[in-house]
Amino acid sequence: MPGQLHGQCHGWTGRILLVDLSTGRHETRDLPEDVRAAFLGGRGLGGYFLRDFATLPCDHPDLPLTIASGPLTGTDAPASSFCHITTRSPLTGTVGDASAGGRLGAELKRAGFDALVVTGRAARPCGIEISDDEVRLTDAAMLSGLPTHDVFTRLRQRLPHGSLAATGPAAESGSLFATLLVDLYHQAGRCGVGRVFGLKNLKYLAVRGRGAVRVADPAGLARAREDILRLVNASPALMGQQGFTNFGTGSLFDLMDARRMMPTDNFARTHFPPAGELNAHAYHTRYHPLKRGCEGCPVDCKRLSADGRPLPECDAMSHFTALIGNDMIELAMRANDFCACLGLDPVSAGVALACHRELTGEALDPERVLELLLGMGKGEGPAARLGRELGQGAARYAGAHGRPELAMCVKGLELPACDPRGAYGLALAYAVATHGGSNLRANPLSHEVLRKPVATDRFSFSGKARSVKLAEDAAAAADSLTVCAHLLLATGMEEYARAFAAVTGQTATAGDLLACGARIEYQERLMNAQNGFSAVADDLPARFFAEPGSGSPDIPVPPVPRQEFLAARAAYYRIRGLTPDGLPTREMAARLGLPWPDGSPAQAAGEGEGA
Amino acid sequence: MTDFAVKYAAKLAGVGLCAEGEPFFVVQDAELAFSHAGDQRQGVAVAAIQGLGAAALLIARPIGACQMTVLALAEEALASGAGFVVPGDCETRTFLHDLPVVRGLDAPGLIEALSRRKGCIVVADGQALLAAAGSVSPEQAFVTASSMAFACFVAYFAKHLRDLRAGTMTEARRAVFAAIRAQLDQDMARLPGEMPELLPGPFADEDQARAAMVQAGRFVVEYGLVDSSFGNVSCRQMAPSGELLLISQTGSSLDELGGCIDPCRFDGASCVGLTASSELTAHRAIYDGGPALAILHGHPRFAVILSMDCERLDCPGLGECHRACATPRGFTTDAGLDIPIVPGEVGTGPFGLCNTLPPALNQGQGRPGAIVYGHGLFATGAVDFRAAFATLLDVERFSREEYFRRVAALDAGAGPPRRK
Repeated sequence: MPGQLHGQCHGWTGRILLVDLSTGRHETRDLPEDVRAAFLGGRGLGGYFLRDFATLPCDHPDLPLTIASGPLTGTDAPASSFCHITTRSPLTGTVGDASAGGRLGAELKRAGFDALVVTGRAARPCGIEISDDEVRLTDAAMLSGLPTHDVFTRLRQRLPHGSLAATGPAAESGSLFATLLVDLYHQAGRCGVGRVFGLKNLKYLAVRGRGAVRVADPAGLARAREDILRLVNASPALMGQQGFTNFGTGSLFDLMDARRMMPTDNFARTHFPPAGELNAHAYHTRYHPLKRGCEGCPVDCKRLSADGRPLPECDAMSHFTALIGNDMIELAMRANDFCACLGLDPVSAGVALACHRELTGEALDPERVLELLLGMGKGEGPAARLGRELGQGAARYAGAHGRPELAMCVKGLELPACDPRGAYGLALAYAVATHGGSNLRANPLSHEVLRKPVATDRFSFSGKARSVKLAEDAAAAADSLTVCAHLLLATGMEEYARAFAAVTGQTATAGDLLACGARIEYQERLMNAQNGFSAVADDLPARFFAEPGSGSPDIPVPPVPRQEFLAARAAYYRIRGLTPDGLPTREMAARLGLPWPDGSPAQAAGEGEGA
Repeated sequence: MTDFAVKYAAKLAGVGLCAEGEPFFVVQDAELAFSHAGDQRQGVAVAAIQGLGAAALLIARPIGACQMTVLALAEEALASGAGFVVPGDCETRTFLHDLPVVRGLDAPGLIEALSRRKGCIVVADGQALLAAAGSVSPEQAFVTASSMAFACFVAYFAKHLRDLRAGTMTEARRAVFAAIRAQLDQDMARLPGEMPELLPGPFADEDQARAAMVQAGRFVVEYGLVDSSFGNVSCRQMAPSGELLLISQTGSSLDELGGCIDPCRFDGASCVGLTASSELTAHRAIYDGGPALAILHGHPRFAVILSMDCERLDCPGLGECHRACATPRGFTTDAGLDIPIVPGEVGTGPFGLCNTLPPALNQGQGRPGAIVYGHGLFATGAVDFRAAFATLLDVERFSREEYFRRVAALDAGAGPPRRK
């Protein structure tokens, strides 16, 4: 009902929606207060719903796929309208999760649900449509195989209001790094979460909510909002002349090259001489982009070209040029647009292309790049067979061809556009991230490159184990409050704790939210351990320890020192409360209030210190 | 980590905030380490850092006038029951928000306060201590503690003048003020007063310009014209690749600028200046709209205090002075420098100083400097940093004298009547 205040609690609605695609039934359940307090929402809640099913194969009907908002979603807390999608990754076998901007989280919350948990498998492609309390499943067979913008166009004609999220052909054709697109331009891009939608025959979500979220202390929230916005406005990276608000995340492109951190030729080098002609300024000059953003965000970092194509984010800008040896800006633009149309993760796609290029020595001209992307995303075209192979991810492809060392992945997840030889905290963060090669789990670039909260020595492991652990906890809390990760470049749990307290009416400090983050991280470690992940998987490709980057006289870029890396990883394990093999302990799980999973290979007694 | 702990402990003493060897850092990655051995606060500090899980913890006792101002505000906060100090200067408003006050030095108190904020004030044994934590480096705790000391100094003197104007001053507080002033005179004696020898411009090339920036930054710190080592510096310089705006990086220390200067192209063709000072936009607008070739931005304490003094106690805009004061304000120094005071917050938001500062500096033929309310002084030079540095010195000297002139006038009865 329009304008209705949901539930009796503040912040959360206290309800979740369960949809079983096998039976077509749905039900609403209460979300217990202790679960809300322990896991907040978003990523934490997704992990909570996954943990009892964490070892199921990705095509098992009982595997849950959770789309969760957070306690701040739908309020005036800045940049908190994200939602988090959690399942098991078909690409990596780890916990698989991705955050998505747009309005999906806010609409879900306003419809009266903290989370949508999908299980089962539909007999035919279907959609879930939620309009406040009304929930229905629809036949979506007519949308199969269509490029995403056609899917959105057709849906929007029938559903002019609310948020839409849909997969592209890649989710249906079997690509393991298929994405979910939210409101057309916002990708839940990593870990292949889109493929799990495909395995469940779930093509789209349409959510409209007209309720309101209860806020316990509106004046307190206004004060917290003011503090957050003041910090955002003071951030050069977010709001500066060369920051995200003016150039999108492409702002980082020049810096990565200047710091000799630009992954080039499948991470064989770290500097790309034509980079100056392929930077954010070049995109602005050529494509005259329009500025877009997520609900409630002061930064608005999305960019659309005048002809409606999304401008690539920094990772795609870099991977579709330097990583694959391309110096044509329009090819990068088209490759990125292909990924959006096909519903492919451009980061994984770029790394897969680069792996193939190095493995075979094949030069990738524009036509070939697009053919391969079509093959990866749709299993069609002149490169259908090779494309399908690459669509299984760089690790499987390189392994199948006897060259596993050429896959630039951690735990099977392809690395983004920051070379770890240029930032040792980043190297450690990549290695230990629970869902594989991602910089956003701890984002050490914040201090190692962007100098916030203070600058640290990027070529040193000193202090990095604890800083990675603390940043992981903060990121887990932010993903669970569903705050955009970029905002952590300017603000922190100190400010969001005030917003959280004002919204929910529950006293909370930054320390309380970080404790939730630690629990959420450990829960993911527990699930990964059940699936056989240990210290062996917490590692980087051997290239980074053996080959130097492309240094300059001022900036030598040696290989990452292996022994120092191992010492930092061991320190991280101690601080996180893991065994020397990177496995959880019963003692630490109990301290964090987490149940010990049946059949876990983890150690029974605590060898990790915990902190 | 230990090296940094030792470095920043020494730096706190170097800028005159603490006695040499007194600031105590505990740092931990997987293991604990200390800035020095045998500190009697070690037990409390270790328990606190372990309870917090932080990477660094600092406990430091400010000295001189800083000790007295921090203590005065902290005791007032405890007596009133508020439990925290709200200084109102720009840096605190933006980055620290408010400063919790804890009675007694114990681990639970530190953990409780530092779970909420980056730093806190501890009142123990009749002394004020500054405590701060960091998640990535001891430098965070150093920055927080330095900022707290500056904030309290500014807040104390600004409040004294405001209370004199409001007629709420007591004799007891007047006596404390007199003691602090006497201490301040002693503190100031350590600072040099004469103009330093700065590299003359115009600069032949980028390297020379960078060297001049490094030198100017170092002198700004040595002359006490910033709180600790914060502020920013820039210059406009031709280079083979085109015209550059060379500017100190965000979060850089003015006394350690080597390697921390970003070359931002005037044609905007690169974002390599993403790590530049948060005031890049303001610097760029100043260069675009006026004759300046060099800018020095410091936080001279009495210039900041004076910017917060206003006679209009019944102004309907009270509380919004820092960002929306519509009244033209300023002063002319004894040397004839015309210095406006403008509102503006850090960075580029709708109330950002990038909207207010450049027009104030570029009025007419260009002004030598302008003060941003509660923040600091931006001084310009048409050739190099010599004129800008001279402006910083002159404005601070004038502001200090003017401050005490105003106090004396109000004390003498030119202001509202005294209260017992």
